[in-house]
Amino acid sequence: MCLAIPGKVAGIEEKDGIRTGRVQFGGIIRQACLDFVPEAKEGDYVLVHVGFAISVVDKEEAERTYALLESMGLLEEELAPDGAAPAES
Amino acid sequence: MKYLDEYRDARIARALAAEIRRRSSRRWVLMEICGGQTHTLMRYGIDELLGDSVELVHGPGCPVCVTPLEIIDRAISLARRPEVTLVSYGDMLRVPGSETDLFHVKAEGGDVRIVYSPTDAVNLARTLPDRKVVFFAIGFETTAPAHAMAVLQAEWLGLRNFSLLVSHVLVPPAIRTLLGSAKNRVQGFIAPGHVCTVVGCRDYEELVREFRVPMVVGGFEPVDLLEAIRMLVIQLEEGRAELQNQYVRSVQYEGNRPAQAAIARVFESADRKWRGIGSIPESGLFLKPGYAAYDAERLFDLAEICAQEPAECISAEVLLGHKKPTDCTAFGTRCTPGKPLGAPMVSSEGACAAYYQYKRHLVTL
Amino acid sequence: MPRTTNTNATSSHSEPVSSDEPKDLTAFSCPVPLPARERILLGHGSGGKLSADLLQQIFLPALGNPVLDRLEDQAIVSLNGTPLAITTDSFVVKPLIFRGGDIGSLAVHGTVNDLAMGGAEPLWLSAAFILEEGLPLETLKRVVTSMHQAAVNAGVPIITGDTKVVEKGSADGLFINTTGIGRVREGVSLSVSNAQPGDVILVSGFLGDHGIAILAEREGLQFETQVNSDSAPLHALVAHLLNATQEIRCLRDPTRGGLSSTLNEIAASSRVGMELDETAIPVREEVRGACEMLGLDPLYVANEGKLVAIVAPAAAQNALRALQSHPLGKDAAMIGRVTTDHPRMVVLRTPLGTTRIVDMLAGDQLPRIC
Repeated sequence: MCLAIPGKVAGIEEKDGIRTGRVQFGGIIRQACLDFVPEAKEGDYVLVHVGFAISVVDKEEAERTYALLESMGLLEEELAPDGAAPAES
Repeated sequence: MKYLDEYRDARIARALAAEIRRRSSRRWVLMEICGGQTHTLMRYGIDELLGDSVELVHGPGCPVCVTPLEIIDRAISLARRPEVTLVSYGDMLRVPGSETDLFHVKAEGGDVRIVYSPTDAVNLARTLPDRKVVFFAIGFETTAPAHAMAVLQAEWLGLRNFSLLVSHVLVPPAIRTLLGSAKNRVQGFIAPGHVCTVVGCRDYEELVREFRVPMVVGGFEPVDLLEAIRMLVIQLEEGRAELQNQYVRSVQYEGNRPAQAAIARVFESADRKWRGIGSIPESGLFLKPGYAAYDAERLFDLAEICAQEPAECISAEVLLGHKKPTDCTAFGTRCTPGKPLGAPMVSSEGACAAYYQYKRHLVTL
Repeated sequence: MPRTTNTNATSSHSEPVSSDEPKDLTAFSCPVPLPARERILLGHGSGGKLSADLLQQIFLPALGNPVLDRLEDQAIVSLNGTPLAITTDSFVVKPLIFRGGDIGSLAVHGTVNDLAMGGAEPLWLSAAFILEEGLPLETLKRVVTSMHQAAVNAGVPIITGDTKVVEKGSADGLFINTTGIGRVREGVSLSVSNAQPGDVILVSGFLGDHGIAILAEREGLQFETQVNSDSAPLHALVAHLLNATQEIRCLRDPTRGGLSSTLNEIAASSRVGMELDETAIPVREEVRGACEMLGLDPLYVANEGKLVAIVAPAAAQNALRALQSHPLGKDAAMIGRVTTDHPRMVVLRTPLGTTRIVDMLAGDQLPRIC
């Protein structure tokens, strides 16, 4: 039961005593409960699972690790420009 | 979509796969624990990219599949009651109980509804004061906070017609059972990234220390999983056994404290039966006595509904990674998603269903 | 509608993967009994395997005849040498009114399209209404006006009809059945059994719009850029295509069950395999996002204004250009090929270069939570 997708917090309000965010996923806006991420602010990205945000995306960590991955991708492309998958045994 | 699309980058994925193939000196046996991860591996054909460098074995990461037979029967029994509106996530409707499933009950006139969020179930209870709304609360630790909030919200709203039928399972005890088995072949684990987002990494670190098996907390997109596999292979090649975190954009070591607090407030752990596997100690969450008013097991007379688990079924072997779905004589012939014989063929996250849906063209049936 | 699909494979057993596993598997068995299927389930209407089963087990045995057994979207018969196409369809969509259309316009477009997929020029429509007691007259008026407008725009008159009223609770407000008659264009012989290895697979535009528009209304999804149903009559697009080239093997509109069901039906009937390129399949950003969020696969989501064309390889470029030069086909794309490999299976090449099956839906597509 782990489908959680990242979305951007576009607005925050109080609804029935629950801190609720308007969250944008691509071109869609959906409400999500923000009670588990009290530190989330407008503009942050959150991971939402069954209508509840369970974490705030750590932008710095994401950027740092992704930069490493990207350089790996570029390097590999130089070494094997046809990007062929391995021959199956 | 940001923080999603980048982790599907083909170039990076191929680079990671190439690196894994380069670094593996032998065919390591790795297991991903979460059904969502299984789905991604199958959907993107990651096993094809890895060739012989890694054998991927699929873990018991599908709460839909491992919900005990008698809980399904209880849900069915509730749905048949004229005063009950049974509310569930979509996946549960096709799971066969002892004799039938919720889809058939719906066809017979039972009030069964699908929701995407437990909040919808609470709202339904508000708008239907004359109905007894029972929410079929299935999941791992990832979903438990949301279910806890549903109970707390119902309490805050003073609802008298809302309850949960709970079947929550905890991952670490299942992994302990797996690792403790003499038949275990798994040498490294991809830990479930969203479970760890909620509960943190401590339990997994303990498992690493106790069994000296490397684990990497992994995300759910192809690049995440390939990176996690790469990290595991490097550990194995270097003879290390540590807990590492690949899913740093979401997982912190401590996990999500407010979410853990919500779980602790509403649930307690106890022994729980896993369909196809049997009872695993301290592996389930149950509503605390203080929330008895929201516990469908206590509110409705369900105790007499027991079910005999099938005596011996290859489900157990598949769920624990001892066998592959294709090792089953019924796979793809007598047992298909349309006519499932056992638990892992039922949900789209089950290993057998994933194999059947995405991979059977590579297998002679 | 499909014939028996590929679920009943031959019984030879696969190779066990690792050599240290016991070969004797007779010790294991799965004694869980199959649930009895005595009633219609919602899944029987989804256009997937259950629908196929229903045809095979109930309808064909009782009603079968040479024309019906072909299971095309339209029946082609001959009257004094003139080939006529006849088709019928019922519309039960909920909500009745949605962005980009309503049940009325849908009822016109759906039947016009079934005729068009047979290479027929639609000539006349009939319309039968089943009204639920309590349906607001305003709603009925709106639907009927919309239906009239759709028929006028398509140039196909509704020449006869019927109305029944049922008690409250027996219909979702309003059900409509339309039947259409058309004249098959000369020299055109389109069939779901005509696909040949080497043929090219084209789609006329973005997939998944209609299904997501409907789901969005039902689930209260808000979009930044609204997704509208693509409901539209396709006979002019088809005529335009056939003017450019007649080397079209098959046309189908991917309605319930989406692209996947349509291609699986063609693959099964023609006894061929298909290979698709995932990166080439056009899906709007918003539809993709909605599918991600709801745990749906766009390949299984309904369309009401799109067609799939199986085209001879030599005519592919011409056909694609023809589609793209028409307003209803401007986003047309080449998405794959028909092959001899893996007959009756549709296989997709992922963006990573690996492959997976695009299977027939068992019943309804259930939204994934996991």
